[in-house]
Amino acid sequence: MKILVLLKQTPDTESKIQISADGSKIETAALKYIINPYDEFAIEEALKIKEKAGSGEVVIASFAGDAAKELIVKGLAMGGDRGLLVSNDGLDGLDSLGIAKILAAAVKAENPDLVLVGKQAIDDDNMHVGVMIAELLKWPHVNVVTKLTLNGKTAVAEREVEGGQVEVFELELPAVIGAQKALNTPRYASLPGIMKAKKKPLDTKKPGDFGVDAAALKAAPKAVLRGFMPPPEKPAGKVFKGEDVAVMVDKVVKLLREEAKVI
Amino acid sequence: MKVLVFVEQRGGKSKSSALEALSVGARLAGNTADLAAVVVGKGVEGIASTLKGYGADTVYVVDQDAYNLYNPVAYAAAVEAAVKAHGAKIVVGLAAPMTRDLFPRLAARFDGGILTDVTAVELAGNNLQGVKPMYAGKVLAKVETQNAPVQFVSVRPNTFKAENKGSGNATVTKLDVAAPTDGRIKTLEVRKGASERPDLTEAPVIVSGGRAMGSADNFKILNELADVIHATVGASRAAVDSGYASHDMQVGQTGKTVNPNLYIACGISGSIQHMAGMRTSKIIVAVNTDPEAPIFKVASYGIVADLFQAVPVFAQKFKALLEK
Ligand SMILES: Cc1cc2nc3c(=O)[nH]c(=O)nc-3n(C[C@H](O)[C@H](O)[C@H](O)COP(=O)(O)OP(=O)(O)OC[C@H]3O[C@@H](n4cnc5c(N)ncnc54)[C@H](O)[C@@H]3O)c2cc1C
Repeated sequence: MKILVLLKQTPDTESKIQISADGSKIETAALKYIINPYDEFAIEEALKIKEKAGSGEVVIASFAGDAAKELIVKGLAMGGDRGLLVSNDGLDGLDSLGIAKILAAAVKAENPDLVLVGKQAIDDDNMHVGVMIAELLKWPHVNVVTKLTLNGKTAVAEREVEGGQVEVFELELPAVIGAQKALNTPRYASLPGIMKAKKKPLDTKKPGDFGVDAAALKAAPKAVLRGFMPPPEKPAGKVFKGEDVAVMVDKVVKLLREEAKVI
Repeated sequence: MKVLVFVEQRGGKSKSSALEALSVGARLAGNTADLAAVVVGKGVEGIASTLKGYGADTVYVVDQDAYNLYNPVAYAAAVEAAVKAHGAKIVVGLAAPMTRDLFPRLAARFDGGILTDVTAVELAGNNLQGVKPMYAGKVLAKVETQNAPVQFVSVRPNTFKAENKGSGNATVTKLDVAAPTDGRIKTLEVRKGASERPDLTEAPVIVSGGRAMGSADNFKILNELADVIHATVGASRAAVDSGYASHDMQVGQTGKTVNPNLYIACGISGSIQHMAGMRTSKIIVAVNTDPEAPIFKVASYGIVADLFQAVPVFAQKFKALLEK
């Protein structure tokens, strides 16, 4: 069983997101980057599948700049076998379909039995790329997966939807699976794991190596970011303290009815 | 502009926010002939009549056994057929689980553009321009489709108005679409959730508990308050990780993004990750013993008090108010 995990580097969830003075971009200089939290569940699941099977290969791949090598190595330290950086040099701001086309070509070249991704990236919150890759390869997919069971060439995946409902799918591999938080608990890299990771292979490839004309994708994007705005400021609220609880609650209930008109 | 609206349904009932998406479609289409809706499922034809007056002359209905339960490959084929039948250049849906699963697949299939979870959207020439929260709502991005033969947009629930303007007679056109046989995926079952309440992502009122709840049992007082004001109960990650609440109740950056009219946070400090998921709530009420808790910075109304004292009083006062 060969599993390809696709990870994205995203700003740490603690980050303050600063918009540039002209509103055109996000200031990235001061940002600390992490592996997109959902992608850690994808890595963990890949490692668990390999351990259970007793053999196999887990490839940790990302479409990113050189800085993401550090995060790929983190995936290798958790237990991945090999890293693959598909360089986004000169392709900053490429739209999700463009990225999916490049990664689909990389997946095709790697020819894994299973692709694991995080259910969404916490920067753009789009939930696009994993599903698009599945479509481009004519593979089935299940996203927002909370439980995955493999039986040879098929898998059963449970997907969380609204109201706590769970959709249960049976699908044939190869397929794309998008990890949700409840899927597992990601391990921490061990010290020996971290030492070993530095010696594991990590290739850097360009989209062209997979036969993709990235310049053409960049020249004709299907979606673009036109700029950023801060969310509207909330006016300062009314905070009550020091009074009898019932009195304070009464005031708030009245305000909810008369001022806010939400009850 | 030819616009198609995908109306999500489960068990023969359309989603409560479906009419919001339809109203967005009506605005983009500009006239009733150019707007169509599509409903996919089994025994779903009746939904068409609920769409009357919302601006669409045509409702495509794909109604077969194969579509009884959601299947991404089958549903994509059904919506694809409707896009082609209508000649749609724009496809609108709700930023809810089904649409968010389907639209990226369809956007790739049509080599199209896609905007997801927008809070504003309009036409700019032939392109769609939208506003979309990014970084879990820490910033708003201006997004635009380009070079797209078909454009897909999902709109955030509880954000746009559903408007019955009395036009658009929602006449049913049945589409006979064979579900693909080579999809390599089948739906075994859909298990019901424990809750009859609206999902957090669609709930107009939410009561959430944090680490201070102390136990799963103590969530009872939140449930009782929620019963009075028809709210859905949410939780912080600390409450979920401590086993007080199930993980599908988590609100925040790695939980659900919610957008209710009223969000009542009980014993939640207001971490950056929690606030990322609920800051767009129209009114926020916070109950916390610590006057310095960051949640008070975003609260419309706050009470510095023990939640175990305040929550039952809230339930009692709301009850009295609503019974009047
Ligand atoms: C990658 C990452 C992702 C994360 N994602 C999320 C997410 O999606 N959602 C999320 O919520 N968190 C998330 N977190 C966790 C987040 O950082 C906080 O740890 C968490 O939100 C804290 O939850 P809390 O407010 O319930 O607990 P605490 O921060 O411990 O706050 C408890 C509050 O209760 C108050 N209190 C105590 N007793 C009482 C009482 N009797 N009555 C009233 N008030 C009382 C205290 O004053 C305190 O303010 C994430 C963290 C990371 C690193």
